[in-house]
Amino acid sequence: MGAEPVIRLRELKKTYVVSEREPGLRAALAGLVHRRKSEVRAVDGISFDLVPGEIVGFLGPNGAGKTTTLKMLSGLLHPTSGELSVLSYVPWKRDPAFLRQITLVMGQRNQLIWDIPPADSFELNRAIYRIPPADYRRTLDELVALLEIEPLLGKPVRNLSLGERMKCEIAAALLHSPAVVFLDEPTIGLDVTMQRRIRTFIAEYSRRHGATVLLTSHYMADVEALCKRVIVIHHGLLLFDGELAALVQRFTADKTIVVQLKDCAADLRAYGEVLSCEDGRTTLRVPKAETARVTGRILAEFPVIDLTVEDPPIEEVIERVFAQGAA
Amino acid sequence: MKGLADLYLQQLKTGVASIVQYRATLVIWLIGNILEPLIYLVVWSTVARSTGGTVGGYGAGDFAAYYIVLMLVNQVTFTWVMYEFDYRIREGTFSADLLHPVHPIHADIAENLSSKAVSLPFIVVAAAGLAAIFHPAFKLSLLAAAAFVPALVLAFLVRFLVDWMVALAAFWTTRVTAINQIHYMAVLFFSGQIAPLTVLPRPLQVVANILPFRWTIGFPVELALGRLTPIQVLTGFAAQAAWLLAAALLLKLAWRVSVKRYSAVGA
Repeated sequence: MGAEPVIRLRELKKTYVVSEREPGLRAALAGLVHRRKSEVRAVDGISFDLVPGEIVGFLGPNGAGKTTTLKMLSGLLHPTSGELSVLSYVPWKRDPAFLRQITLVMGQRNQLIWDIPPADSFELNRAIYRIPPADYRRTLDELVALLEIEPLLGKPVRNLSLGERMKCEIAAALLHSPAVVFLDEPTIGLDVTMQRRIRTFIAEYSRRHGATVLLTSHYMADVEALCKRVIVIHHGLLLFDGELAALVQRFTADKTIVVQLKDCAADLRAYGEVLSCEDGRTTLRVPKAETARVTGRILAEFPVIDLTVEDPPIEEVIERVFAQGAA
Repeated sequence: MKGLADLYLQQLKTGVASIVQYRATLVIWLIGNILEPLIYLVVWSTVARSTGGTVGGYGAGDFAAYYIVLMLVNQVTFTWVMYEFDYRIREGTFSADLLHPVHPIHADIAENLSSKAVSLPFIVVAAAGLAAIFHPAFKLSLLAAAAFVPALVLAFLVRFLVDWMVALAAFWTTRVTAINQIHYMAVLFFSGQIAPLTVLPRPLQVVANILPFRWTIGFPVELALGRLTPIQVLTGFAAQAAWLLAAALLLKLAWRVSVKRYSAVGA
C-alpha cells in the first residue's frame, strides 16, 4: 500500500451521553430536577487507513458502531476524540468542497422526493452539487445504463418498488461522481437478483471512477463479491483488519470434509463430528490441523466415490468472530 | 450566484410539482388563511358599528380594508418551517440535508415560494370576493403602493429568518409543539393580526414596536392602507432592516450551535 490514504482514522472515539430513568411517576418527577446521565461508548478507539480505489467491507453485529463510524466519516457526527481525515478534509467541518466529493447511501433512508419522478430529483441534485451540464449528462447516461433504470425515470417515486427505488437512490447519490462512497446496507430488503445487480454495479462504478468504497452489509454475499479486505468491529473496538481469506483462516479452527460413499452405512464418527449424512454424502467437521491425516485415512479405509475439503461458510465464520469478540 | 439561481429554479420546479400532488393540503391551508382574517374582520366591524363609529381610529370599512390586505400580506409572509423541522429531526431526514454542499435554508425558502406561487392566485380571488361583500374603505396612494412591495419583501425575509430560528429549537427539545404554540400566540398578538396595533393599549404597542412581528405583518398592511406618516414609513423600513440584520446574525450563530449539538448527540 504505497498510495496516500484517502481515509485515515486514528484512535477514533465517539461517546454518547444518554439520560436514564427508572420507570414510574416518581422517577419521572425526579427526572425533572435531576437526570442521571450515562455514557455509551459507541466507537472506542479504532484506527485504519483506506487507499484510493479500495472496496472495503465494514462488518460487525448490530450496535457495533458501524453506522456511527460512517456518520463521523461523512461529517454528520463530531468525534469525541481521535484523528480523522477524509480526502484530507476534517469531515465534521462539512466543507462544501468535501461534501461534493463524498456520498453516504443508507439503505432505509431516502433522498428522492416522494411525489415526483426520479428524473426531477436528479435534476435537483445537479443544481445542489453544481454539476456542469455536460458531466451531468454523461454521468446520468452511464448510471441509467448500468442500473437499468431508464423505464423508471418518469414514474413518481412512491409508485416504485423497493428495489427500483434503491437503484434510483443509488443513482441520485452518485450523480456528482463522488470519489469516496459510504454505503450503509445498500442491499437491505432486496431480493437476490437485485442484490446481485447492485453488487455488480458497485464494483463497476469503483473500477470506472477509481472510487474508494466503504460498505456495511449483513449479506456476506455482498462482502465476498466486492471486498478483498474487511474490517470487523464489535462493541466499538477493532477486531480484525485484513484480507477476507485471512479472516477465514484466523477465525476457523475447523474444516468441513464432504465424503461421498455408496450409502450411509459406514460409521464415520471416529474421524470427526458428523454434521449430516444424506444419500451416502457425509459432512464431517474436523480440526484444521487434522484435515490431511483424516482425509488420508478415509481415502485408505473406505471405497470413496468423491471427497472435498471446504472452509466453513463465511456466515459461520463471521458469527464466530462476533461471538469471540463478545466474549 | 449563478449556481444559487439555478438551485432556486430547480427547487421551485420540484416544489410546485410536489405541492400540486397534495391538493387537499393546499385547500386546507387556504381555508385557514382566509378564515382567520375573515373572523377578525367580522368581529371588529361589528364592534365598530356597535360603538357607533370607530375603534382605535378604525371604522367598519377600515377594518374590512385592513383585514383584506392583512390576508394577502399574511399569505405572502407566513411559514411552516417549525412543523417541518420537528418532523425532520424526529424522522432523521435532516441528515441527508446536512450532507448537501449548500445551506438547507435555501431549499426551505424556495419551497415556501413555490407553495406561495401556487396558492396566491386563490387568495387574490378570495380577497376580491371579500372586497365585494364588505365594502372596504381603501385610500390608495401612489407612494404607499410603491413602498408596499419592498416592505412586503423585507417582511417575508424577516419572518422567514425569525421562524427558521425558532424552528431550530427542534434540535434542543422534543417538545417543540409548546414552543411553536407560544411563538404562534406572540405573532397573533404583536403582529397586528388579532387587532390593528392602534387598538391595543399603549404599553402593548410599545412591546409590539420592539418585537419583530409587527414589522412582518402590521407594518406593510398599515403602509398599504396609507395610515402611516412618511416618518412612520421610514421608521418601519429601518426597523425591518435592523431586524433582518439581527435575525441573519442570530440565525448564523444559532445554526452553528444547533448543528454542533446535532452532531454531538447523534444524527
